[in-house]
Amino acid sequence: MSLLWLRFALGCYFIGLVYAFVALRRTSDLFSRIAFHAASMGMVFHFVSLTELFLSGQVVWASVHNGESLLAFLSMAFFMVIYAIYKTTSPGVVVFPVVFFLTFVAAVDEQPVLLTAFVSNKGWLIAHIILIFTGYAALVLSFGASLLYLVQERRLKSKNPTSLISFLPALEVIDQIGYRSLLLGFPFMTLGLLTGSVVALTTYGRVDFLDPKILLSVLMWAVYMVMVFTRWNSGWRGRRAAFLATFAFVAALAAWAANYFSAIHRFAAS
Amino acid sequence: MRYQLIGVNHKSAPLEVRERLAIPESRLPDTCRDLTNYPGIEEGMVISTCNRVEVITHTTNGHADLRGFLHQHFHIDPDDLDPHLYEFREKDAVRHLFRVAASLDSMVVGEAQILGQVKEAYATARAVGAVRGQLDQLFSRAFAVAKRVRSETSVGSSSVSIASVAVELAKKIFGSLHGKNVFIVGAGKMSELAARHLMAHGCASIFVANRTYERAIGLAQKFDGQAIKFEDLYNTCDRADIVITSTGAPHAIFRREHGEQFLARRKNRPMFFIDIAVPRDVSPEMGKLDGIFTYDIDDLQQAVTSHVADRRKEAERAEAIITSEVEKFEARVQTLDVVPTIVSLQDHLETIRQAEIDRVRGRMGQLSPEQEIAIEALTRGIINKVMHTPITTLKSAAKESEATTVVDVVKRLFNLQVKPRDVSAEPAAKKDEVGTRP
Repeated sequence: MSLLWLRFALGCYFIGLVYAFVALRRTSDLFSRIAFHAASMGMVFHFVSLTELFLSGQVVWASVHNGESLLAFLSMAFFMVIYAIYKTTSPGVVVFPVVFFLTFVAAVDEQPVLLTAFVSNKGWLIAHIILIFTGYAALVLSFGASLLYLVQERRLKSKNPTSLISFLPALEVIDQIGYRSLLLGFPFMTLGLLTGSVVALTTYGRVDFLDPKILLSVLMWAVYMVMVFTRWNSGWRGRRAAFLATFAFVAALAAWAANYFSAIHRFAAS
Repeated sequence: MRYQLIGVNHKSAPLEVRERLAIPESRLPDTCRDLTNYPGIEEGMVISTCNRVEVITHTTNGHADLRGFLHQHFHIDPDDLDPHLYEFREKDAVRHLFRVAASLDSMVVGEAQILGQVKEAYATARAVGAVRGQLDQLFSRAFAVAKRVRSETSVGSSSVSIASVAVELAKKIFGSLHGKNVFIVGAGKMSELAARHLMAHGCASIFVANRTYERAIGLAQKFDGQAIKFEDLYNTCDRADIVITSTGAPHAIFRREHGEQFLARRKNRPMFFIDIAVPRDVSPEMGKLDGIFTYDIDDLQQAVTSHVADRRKEAERAEAIITSEVEKFEARVQTLDVVPTIVSLQDHLETIRQAEIDRVRGRMGQLSPEQEIAIEALTRGIINKVMHTPITTLKSAAKESEATTVVDVVKRLFNLQVKPRDVSAEPAAKKDEVGTRP
């Protein structure tokens, strides 16, 4: 049943995905409203799906698909918070495709892929997953904002008169969205890694820094920190910030992919 | 539809004529009252703005002497006024009013001010009772049409002056302009105008630098700003988010190295340079820096030209909306015109039916409830059948030009006394909508 709700959500997110592609080419208030309502509806289905999963007592937090579903939901939640503050759907151009992809993967495959290691401390594991995914969601949004910043900067620099009616919000608004997501996500990511270390310590008795998963996670965290620092210290934005954000995003993807190579953070079909 | 409209606007009359007709706000209520007291006029109101003076009326027979009213009210010689007047009746008057409210007849097509002015004039006339049923429904529709034009076309969305384009660009960079600082380099008329626009949109403070320091002080005082010595320009310029520059310098005064310094001191917060000097004050190299946005006079002009062209294209779409709305309005009014006749016909026949039942009731003796129901059904059935054809004929005639003739025939055939229709009571929801509008 939970999967059914998730598939409903996927249908709604699909409208968001179409919007993301259309919005790059032309502005349509009507379509942006439709996409927003579809995405909100998708979130409701998604929430029902997650709640049902949780209440069923069969929740397997350390399953890859549940993780993807949770991450997609958190990304949407971030998007909604930004919409509530800035009244813009344009971050959806980046967020919707990511959310759709994550939900798609989570909704099509019924085989739960589980963490192979036995974790004794469930509480720390859940905290680790929620914290790290919130951090990821913030990173997705900040990455999206930095790409939109580049697009808007190019448009304004091109001096093309159509730039005035572009669908994107003002440059400084995009910048604020990116920066605030970054600031908000950083503590979550840090705490997520710390709780992860606690889980590793209680399970294996040590943290193996040479393990690809841990190495890449630490690398991602380092890039994240550099981003926060350069922004705070010298106000990096535009191309340089987008470069760093892309790097952090790729590192995050690599860290996720490392689940398949890691000795301690491996998932396998049950 | 006995609407009639007369007036002058910026296209038909020179300023001297418009000035003579202009009515100050305080005198509008009296003018509206005078208008409704004029022979042949049932309802009337006046729109008076700097670009137009128009009298809109609903007349008793469709041919009121509105020219006479203008001559009498404004004490103007007909020879001076008449060549500049335009006059519309019925459908054309409706169309003209819709176009005015939708800002298609404005000097700057799409400007939003006119709708507010029309609404104010309407509220004034309504308050003194000069606008009732007929004009009420016309104006309710005009406001709805204006709203539709605004939301379905982008006729009002883009700016058409260099100063307003500059403001729009600044908003695309900074979002809100509240708290932003403006630096004027070179005190000229155009930069002053641009600065005035920016301040009107919420910019916080102004710095002025000029080769002649006294002129800088003069301009700074106008805006309650701060004059800066020209030699301090590079040390202070980074305090501004928006720089308007228009010096007569033969070479660029802002070069790449200056831009880099500004950005470093501003922690890379963006800066917007509006360069209206010829030759340019900002080197193209500086404009390439991340975080520096430079628009020169040609760039701004290009944006203005493109907006004017866009508006023209959008105005064509808006005209199509107006045409369809005029048709709809006409059809609606015409249908409403026959409604009182239909109601009165129904009343008339119902009275006959009741009277006939009462008359024969005594002869029929005691009736059972079933018999009462049967008689009721029988008589109603006959009445409905009799009324069916006249009603359908009236309704279909309403859409044709022969409506008045058919209504007259029906009235004479049945000897109907039609009560004047109180339109203001009919579309109650619509009226509320207008009433609550700001």
